[in-house]
Amino acid sequence: MKLEYTLKIAFKNILKNKVRSFLTMLGVIIGVSSVIIMVGIGQGTQKKIEKEINSLGTNLIMIYPANSRFAGVSQGSGSTNKITLTDMKKIIEEVSNIQYISPDISSNEQVISQNNNYRTTVHGVSDQYQGIKDYTMAEGEFFTEAQCKSSKNVIVLGKTVSDALFPGISSIGKTIRVRNIPVKVVGVLSSKGSGNNGMDQDDLVLIPYTTMMNKITGSKYIRTLFVSAVSKDVIDTVQEEVSRVLRISHKLKSTNSDDFTISTQSDIVEKASSITGMMTLLLGSIAGVSLFVGGIGIMNIMLVSVTERTREIGTRMAVGARGDDILIQFLIEASVLSLAGGVAGIGISGVVIFLLNIFTTLTPVMNLTIVVLALVFSGGVGIFFGYYPARKASQLNPIDALRYE
Amino acid sequence: METIIQLKQIKKTYSLTESVSVQALRGVDIEIKKGDFIAVMGPSGSGKSTLMNILGCLDIPTDGEYFLDGVSVKTLNKDELAGLRNEKLGFVFQGFNLLSRTTALENVELPLFYNRTHDRKDFKALSIAALERVGLGNRLDHTPNMLSGGQQQRVAIARSLVNTPKVLLADEPTGNLDTATSLDIMSIFQELNDQGITLVLVTHEPDIAQFAKRVITVRDGMIREDYQVKNRKSATEEIERFKAGNIQIFTESEKLHQEVV
Ligand SMILES: Nc1ncnc2c1ncn2[C@@H]1O[C@H](COP(=O)(O)OP(=O)(O)O)[C@@H](O)[C@H]1O
Ligand SMILES: [Mg+2]
Repeated sequence: MKLEYTLKIAFKNILKNKVRSFLTMLGVIIGVSSVIIMVGIGQGTQKKIEKEINSLGTNLIMIYPANSRFAGVSQGSGSTNKITLTDMKKIIEEVSNIQYISPDISSNEQVISQNNNYRTTVHGVSDQYQGIKDYTMAEGEFFTEAQCKSSKNVIVLGKTVSDALFPGISSIGKTIRVRNIPVKVVGVLSSKGSGNNGMDQDDLVLIPYTTMMNKITGSKYIRTLFVSAVSKDVIDTVQEEVSRVLRISHKLKSTNSDDFTISTQSDIVEKASSITGMMTLLLGSIAGVSLFVGGIGIMNIMLVSVTERTREIGTRMAVGARGDDILIQFLIEASVLSLAGGVAGIGISGVVIFLLNIFTTLTPVMNLTIVVLALVFSGGVGIFFGYYPARKASQLNPIDALRYE
Repeated sequence: METIIQLKQIKKTYSLTESVSVQALRGVDIEIKKGDFIAVMGPSGSGKSTLMNILGCLDIPTDGEYFLDGVSVKTLNKDELAGLRNEKLGFVFQGFNLLSRTTALENVELPLFYNRTHDRKDFKALSIAALERVGLGNRLDHTPNMLSGGQQQRVAIARSLVNTPKVLLADEPTGNLDTATSLDIMSIFQELNDQGITLVLVTHEPDIAQFAKRVITVRDGMIREDYQVKNRKSATEEIERFKAGNIQIFTESEKLHQEVV
């Protein structure tokens, strides 16, 4: 039998019962669109997280003191369980292939100009922090190594802070107060805009870590130490060397475990993607269940259709249709029904993904592989769930089909 | 004349339950020559439809042998039977059995789609030719609900003709039609028979049987009588007489028809 003719009958029968066909397709439409949307949300989140982690800097290694609760148990006497400036100095001296190094001691503070005040995060960092973060300057300069060494009262403002304290005018050269310490504005960072999570990346100020430690927080410890390796290839060796230096510096015995944590960007990316990957899988499978339910809807309607059209099947057989002709006809009908549902589902998911991107902080992506897969799968659903009713129709005896009331 | 159909001791038993069964045919022998026109008559429930369904390869006998055009039908599988129905047989039903919401042309094309010998591009021409043979060349795009009963039956006849079958089988083709329309249908059948098609037709109206060449009567699943029609009538002539107002010849059979319905 001719395919074109079979397709024509399929469309005719689908259009004959518009409402019923639509309701049947609805299951597949919801199934397909939810699979695409869910997987899109999962993968969008994954991409966003990866991007965020990468925006921390390039070839970055982060060093934190270990969680004292765990470290305290296994520590030998004399260990500090803190990262100090001495540790940093030793790392600079002994570890090769380091491009930039900077502590980050942050604190939420009120910063005050003559007329305005603004609450923001103050980061005590080294002059190399600019390189780590790849900051460019909108105005003025980043503070220098010399200013850093001598705890100068200088500050670099994020764009948001600069605009808040000095609306409409340049802030360079102005003096502002951080916890009553007067500091001079030497530079304003170029705007980085809001991050992927919607957070304002320009809402911060940077001062030399020495100034931060000596004059503002008074703390002697470094909460985070950023090291960036000269290239991707040496990240692992830099990490190992930093660890060795810190163990010696902290006088850890070989039986003691590390009292610090070193993580690289790729560690974090990996961990995050494994979590989002699982989330994607979970969301995708839940959506897959609805596609399955949609398939059952198709099977149900095809069974009804076979029953309703038993006499038609009989007539076709009486004029020479073979079992296979009838089988193919009903299979194609089921496939057209579910494929049409699949196409509509793809359209709807496209619109939903577009709207989610505009109106929410979610950043779902339309993954071509998933779209193709959903299309193939919805066709498959038609064949799989259409097979049983179609076979039932094809195995009818001509006379039984003709006599069916 | 060459034999086209031969039935040898055909039996058909329907088992209703394990203990109850109906013997619809109890050993039927018939031989039909090419070009014959047979009317099968008999009371309701006598086994006429069962016989026709077996002749049409829509059903298989419980016992006995059926040769169609020299081939023993019981040696064929389902697909081969479908091929036989498609190529050698045409079946006309009492209830027309047209596909609804499908035009006359498409209905007539149906057997061609299941045929493996014709070319797609010839379908339309063949179907139009078949519709013209039954006088419906001007109703190609009408769907069954736009056609009268007689017109629907003519579409069904065109459908059964489109693959140029050897035998045309019709189970009470005029059972749902009024007198004038029945005459129309019978004149088409006579014309087809004149063109060489073998016809077997079931009717319980003696007047309809008068248009056939040979009458076989069935009772309780057995052949009772088998005779050649004397003074065979021409349906075309009867139509003229009917139009002239002389409906006298039909009153009797109409009464009979009324009783049955
Ligand atoms: N599918 C069937 N199942 C059971 N009995 C049947 C079936 N078809 C026909 N019969 C019985 O077989 C007998 C002959 O039926 P049928 O051939 O239809 O008679 P006719 O067409 O002459 O009226 C009847 O007694 C009828 O009840
Ligand atoms: Mg009958």
